Amino acid sequence: MVPLLFELSSPGRVGCRLPELDVPEAVLPDSLLRDQLPLPELTEREVAQHFTLLSQLNYSVDTGFYPLGSCTMKYNPKMHEEVARYRGFAQIHPWQDESRVQGALRLMYELQEQLAEITGLPAVCLQPVAGAHGELTGMLIIRAYHLERGDASRKVVLVPDSAHGTNPATAAMCGYEVVTVPSDERGNIDVRELHRVADETVAGLMLTNPNTLGLFEEHILEVADIVHGIGGLIYCDGANLNALLGIAKPGDLGTDVLHLNLHKTFSTPHGGGGPGGGGTAVTEDLSPFLPVPVVAGRRANSADGEGAEYYLDYDRPLSIGPVSGFYGNFGVMVKAYAYLRSLGQEGLREVSENAVLNANYLLQGLEGWYDLPYDRPCMHECVFSGKAQAKLGVHTIDIAKRLIDLGFHPPTVYFPLIVDEALMIEPTETESLETLDSFVAAMRQIAEEAKTQPEQVCGAPRTTPVGRLDEVAAARKPDLRWHG
Amino acid sequence: MLKSMGLTSVDELFDVIPAEKRYPALELPPPLSEIEVRRLLAGLAERNADLEHYSSFLGAGSYHHFVPSVVDHVISRGEFYTAYTPYQPEVSQGTLTAIYEFQTMVCALTGMDVANASMYDGATALAEAGLMAARVTRRDKLVVASTIPPRYRQVLRTYTQGMSMEIVEVGRSDDGTVDSSEVETLLDDTSAALMIQHPNFLGCLENLEPLSELAHTVGALLVVCADPIALGLFKAPGDCGADIVVGEGQCLGNPPSYGGPYVGLFSCRQKYVRQMPGRLVGATTDAQGRRGFVLTMQPREQHIRREKATSNICTNEALVALAACTYLAVLGKQGLRKVAELCYHKAHYAAERIADLPGYERLFGGFFKEFSIRTPVPAARVNDLLWERGIIGGYELAKGYPELADCLLFCVTEMHTRAQIDNLVEALEEVGKQG
Repeated sequence: MVPLLFELSSPGRVGCRLPELDVPEAVLPDSLLRDQLPLPELTEREVAQHFTLLSQLNYSVDTGFYPLGSCTMKYNPKMHEEVARYRGFAQIHPWQDESRVQGALRLMYELQEQLAEITGLPAVCLQPVAGAHGELTGMLIIRAYHLERGDASRKVVLVPDSAHGTNPATAAMCGYEVVTVPSDERGNIDVRELHRVADETVAGLMLTNPNTLGLFEEHILEVADIVHGIGGLIYCDGANLNALLGIAKPGDLGTDVLHLNLHKTFSTPHGGGGPGGGGTAVTEDLSPFLPVPVVAGRRANSADGEGAEYYLDYDRPLSIGPVSGFYGNFGVMVKAYAYLRSLGQEGLREVSENAVLNANYLLQGLEGWYDLPYDRPCMHECVFSGKAQAKLGVHTIDIAKRLIDLGFHPPTVYFPLIVDEALMIEPTETESLETLDSFVAAMRQIAEEAKTQPEQVCGAPRTTPVGRLDEVAAARKPDLRWHG
Repeated sequence: MLKSMGLTSVDELFDVIPAEKRYPALELPPPLSEIEVRRLLAGLAERNADLEHYSSFLGAGSYHHFVPSVVDHVISRGEFYTAYTPYQPEVSQGTLTAIYEFQTMVCALTGMDVANASMYDGATALAEAGLMAARVTRRDKLVVASTIPPRYRQVLRTYTQGMSMEIVEVGRSDDGTVDSSEVETLLDDTSAALMIQHPNFLGCLENLEPLSELAHTVGALLVVCADPIALGLFKAPGDCGADIVVGEGQCLGNPPSYGGPYVGLFSCRQKYVRQMPGRLVGATTDAQGRRGFVLTMQPREQHIRREKATSNICTNEALVALAACTYLAVLGKQGLRKVAELCYHKAHYAAERIADLPGYERLFGGFFKEFSIRTPVPAARVNDLLWERGIIGGYELAKGYPELADCLLFCVTEMHTRAQIDNLVEALEEVGKQG
């Protein structure tokens, strides 16, 4: 067990020397001052050791295979970390005059343009800082669009039963009532049901494509026609865009609004849960509603962009307003830009081809060992069910924990909700054939163990610093801070 | 690989995509090597005037504070930055432990009982605090100080536009603090919260206790948006009656980075914890009694509650929170206080000297590290002339407060030397004569 900062603390220790005061002291307002500040007291050496030891308790992409479905845990080139730290990027202030941050604005502008090209949606705003934040932005845009047309009667948002939980939560934050649409037996949105619930009260449909089963919506054009036919809009959750780069443009498939996850698709690291980047891309019709400001450019004198002038466009009267404190996670944008400039069109298409190829390789390797609820080629991820193992008393949670002992990060488990004992596996394009083979071998070994020595699986993990933790106790008597 | 899968081409895997939409041409720049990408980006970076080359007096929500080297060392560890949300606690104890420590230190600063794992930034933390206050009180009116940053108030309006909520703004007194008599008039039994910033956007220190009494009298919550560096020196809002305390955590160990990534701090009283947005880490034990940490109280969250969740927030700003955690650990009890004192004394030195210049006037009362100055020539002109002298001047308050045209908000921190401040004062003196 690594002691906490507070347990290491010893009175009088300091970790950082600060300069002596070089101006006269001013009078402090005594009545407003605090008399105690219960922060730890540590040397720099202790702090460095503490966090290094903590880091060693984490599983990460840098240390192994991380097939967490829907999260696109690809390896991110190390160069990204370096360029985002260039002082001309890290050490610039968001209120600086636009003329003195032209490099930053140009980068943002070009990133917007490239993302527009990739998505087939011509207007992009990079201000949302995470996927769910991009969703909120997108759904507020849909709401603003209907209201601007004088249509206040649309109170419903349709969400497939396979959707990420953020989708219904986002719709609710925008004041919408959520109506769930079931999936059909091939894992598509049920078109007959969609017909039944689609009427003039519907503001839009929130669709993930490929969906959370890792399947491409086979009737996507028909679905879009149905929704557009009743005056609704299609919001596409871009969490799974890693399957479609250079393969198809969401804008060509009837999408009106799409959020992007720069931290999934565009190779900016996940940071243990952020910072992400959640740009929102929309059709021309919806562009007036994007958050302010949007980065805009004035015409260049030459084709390579030299001589152009970039600025923050606040003059957008129909905008939903800003969604965050400044212009988005700029440091994340630098990494995504570096990624796109490294790949070009062919490189991007290879990303998706390899992501889909790897997922299908795993699908084939595990078929017959685990129950496959939807038996057709997948896109960037595949979803199995552990229900056969569950009958033997070995549940998906046990399979996940046993994978840890065998050296892998578990897949996403118990999601999507429409698959019993779900195991959602996303290998990404950056993993080698050898890694995929060893993962398949481990999964097969667990399937075998479930039959022959289930206690081996159910008692996992055994190799970790702590065993399975008592989550019920944690929730019943919450201990959310150190009390000493 | 293809052969073993019974495929002749990878294209077969994409047959499901409508043929006429498949393989669109993408007009993208050609791919570049690592050398070329770095050169390209270095070129773009050089077109920005960075804060290491110029002395800057900008603040207004983004701050240039000292970042000890150990902070970047910690967040550069691949084990931290290439992991994801700690869904599997047995292999995520590093991230989970650090978040628990972060939650503890945010509580120490704000004087609140519980803090969450982080929000996107200060602006969205404030907006979510407004939504939470409405849930807690089952009321829909927010009384909001106009001295909360203009951008934060706009984000609050963006976040609430789909909900039937009423937002009313309170003006300020002559001393720059919130007008408490207007607060008293506007607060009523439909009010969910009084929302203020401390120190406020104009730099002024608010007197929290009387405001909390006004809010509590009508059953509303007091929401305070605070500068965590200031909390190294000033009373914790929790000790002055605040119910929810939020803030922008960028100043704790993170560079300005043109506005992001930042991190929102979010803390509240224990009794409201089940209405909190965002992720929470709690301590528990394994079967052998060993201490460990887990994501907890998840029934508040979107992946369980879906449309009934307290927020749609999911991925947020864990690595930025880790930087803040490391920063607070290495600065510690003495260091944070010292940083705050350096800011206070240097800012007061600068304010006093500027106010002594002919034509310049300092507005308002007590302040921390930012102060408002009325300039003898238009504020934008002052900034242009400062720039000619290699100085990035203050924030032009007219952007958010039309009545404060010709006013600049200057920010002075521990990063400024006396020589830099004196240089600014001399430049302002020249500008005053020249303009």
